[in-house]
Amino acid sequence: MVVLAGVSVIVFALVHLVPGDPVRLALGTRFNQDAYDTLRERSGLDLPLVQQFFTWLGSAVTGDLGVSFRSGDTVTSLIAERLPATLTLALASILVALLIAIPLGTISALRPRSIIDRFATVISQFGISVPDFWMAIVLILVFAGTLGWLPSGGYVALSEDPLGWLQRLVMPAVVTGTVSGAVITRFVRSSVLEAIGADHVRTAQAKGLPARQVFTWHVLRNALLPLVTVTGVQLAYLLSGVVVVEIVFSWPGLGQLALQSVQARDYPVLQGAILLFAVVFLVINLVVDLLYTAIDPRIRR
Amino acid sequence: MSAPVLEVEDLRVRLRTPRGPADVVNGLSYSVGAGETVAVVGESGSGKSVSVLALLGLLPQGVATVTGRALLQGEDLLTMQPERLRQVRGPGAGMVFQDPMTSLNPVLTIGRQLVEGIRAHTDLDKAAARRRAADLLGEVGLPDPAGTLDRYPHELSGGMRQRVIIAIALSNSPALLIADEATTALDVTVQAQIIDLVEGLQAERGMGVVWITHDLGVVAGIADRVLVMYGGRCVEDGTVDDVLENPSHPYTRGLLGALPDLAQPAVDGVVPDLATVPGVPPAPTDLPKGCVFWPRCPVRGDARCETEQPPLAIIGSSDVALPHRAATWCTESPARAGSTAVSGTFGTGSPGTSGIESPRGRLR
Repeated sequence: MVVLAGVSVIVFALVHLVPGDPVRLALGTRFNQDAYDTLRERSGLDLPLVQQFFTWLGSAVTGDLGVSFRSGDTVTSLIAERLPATLTLALASILVALLIAIPLGTISALRPRSIIDRFATVISQFGISVPDFWMAIVLILVFAGTLGWLPSGGYVALSEDPLGWLQRLVMPAVVTGTVSGAVITRFVRSSVLEAIGADHVRTAQAKGLPARQVFTWHVLRNALLPLVTVTGVQLAYLLSGVVVVEIVFSWPGLGQLALQSVQARDYPVLQGAILLFAVVFLVINLVVDLLYTAIDPRIRR
Repeated sequence: MSAPVLEVEDLRVRLRTPRGPADVVNGLSYSVGAGETVAVVGESGSGKSVSVLALLGLLPQGVATVTGRALLQGEDLLTMQPERLRQVRGPGAGMVFQDPMTSLNPVLTIGRQLVEGIRAHTDLDKAAARRRAADLLGEVGLPDPAGTLDRYPHELSGGMRQRVIIAIALSNSPALLIADEATTALDVTVQAQIIDLVEGLQAERGMGVVWITHDLGVVAGIADRVLVMYGGRCVEDGTVDDVLENPSHPYTRGLLGALPDLAQPAVDGVVPDLATVPGVPPAPTDLPKGCVFWPRCPVRGDARCETEQPPLAIIGSSDVALPHRAATWCTESPARAGSTAVSGTFGTGSPGTSGIESPRGRLR
């Protein structure tokens, strides 16, 4: 809660520090002083900043994040509209990431310095360093262009068209999932490597446990903790919108919404979006902490 | 003596290291009978832990090359198929490790760690295996065995954890128990309790025990036989009385000379410095030619020391079941060697020859 209060102050300050006048932008070429003043007054922008902040905070606490300068829709409805797309992409990406990272990281930890390990290292370096928009464009060119298997972008709800939903999800999820997966692979490799070297693994072997049991319960089980942490961080990052990928695939997610509101100096929307990202981070951290206690008895009281 | 439980012949371990191959164990041979305790003594880096880890195939694969023979109840551990080796780990040989703080899995309960070992070798169901686990915990002297099953390692003290590890090692009634520095990480009173515990269990079950240690006090307390390792070789072996009362290798004499002598009075309130064996053990990547000990040896009484490796030769009577052997060119006892007063040449403020003559008095 304290963190959230701090975040809200910083969000508000940052947003208002951005140079540019939303009213001037909204009026564009039709600018005249009368309309400017009326609009400023109506949106409350003529009031002192501190007063603006408390007005905003007061309604934000009750769930009212204000009204968009640009469209006149409520911020909550704008965010709610974008939320399913973002959730879908984030969850699908983290799934792709884990599907890549766990096997690849584990195998390279089991055979350090082998060909597979080197291959995995190259792949994950590649995944970390290749720009996601480039990978996105290449995928679109190949699968949507040349092969024509998948639509090049857009989003439909799962309830409307399950097949179309999946077809449109695959490419963006693969792109963002590869980037996250590359990061997570490195973590899986190092944490499994560390877990294998632990003394208790030798105890387990000396007991005469089958190799698979040693691996599952004495290596993987102990490598889980760092994996949960890094997955949480990656998921938080994915949930706060992957702007570039969203734009390339015309994916109507929160990243795009935030970007558009920056361009339009649409303060209420921008504040609402950033506040939501902060909440997402906090919630994910909380969940990660709860998972810790479930995984590691040493943390339990 | 009945057929030995463990018979090791010419065990050699070579490790691949960044600085080239390291010959960590170089031709070790010994045997352990049922109900017998063999202590393997040596400094850190003398190859004693590696030599027992190699027996059960617990050295990292691809790094270690193990040759020789190691017959456990007649079956060669070193040429065993992996699945057979897995079956032998536990019922054939149980192992107790050095550090009880890290040798248990921190995220699994004690009960689970015992039960999985029991169930890997029997077809007991979970409930039966749990009962057996509780019995074992009682046997190793833990209070509230049933309650301990549901606790995690971090909830137990070091001594209690070591008891748990012993219970795990014993859970499949092994013919051989290998204790790798099992009491080194524990404080002295707990050490004594653990040693008593193992001795008691050994008497009950008739296990052979291999006890790796660098603590000569422990050796005097529990061993029937002693094997002194240096530079990956056995430099002296024999019954505990022979080796401790008549140490014949300069290294063994040095080790015994380095023991504190409680009987020796302080001079003007100052306790005399402990004797030391100067220098450090040789790097296994670069073992000296000749006798492995010669660079640190205070005697070097023979021209062959630096060029020719001394064989493990019988000292004294060869007519006994367990002859006393030492691998050195200078085997004369200090008394017979006369002027080559070995003990006096080790380090500073040596307790003198009187210490060598009766080391056991100080060990007890």
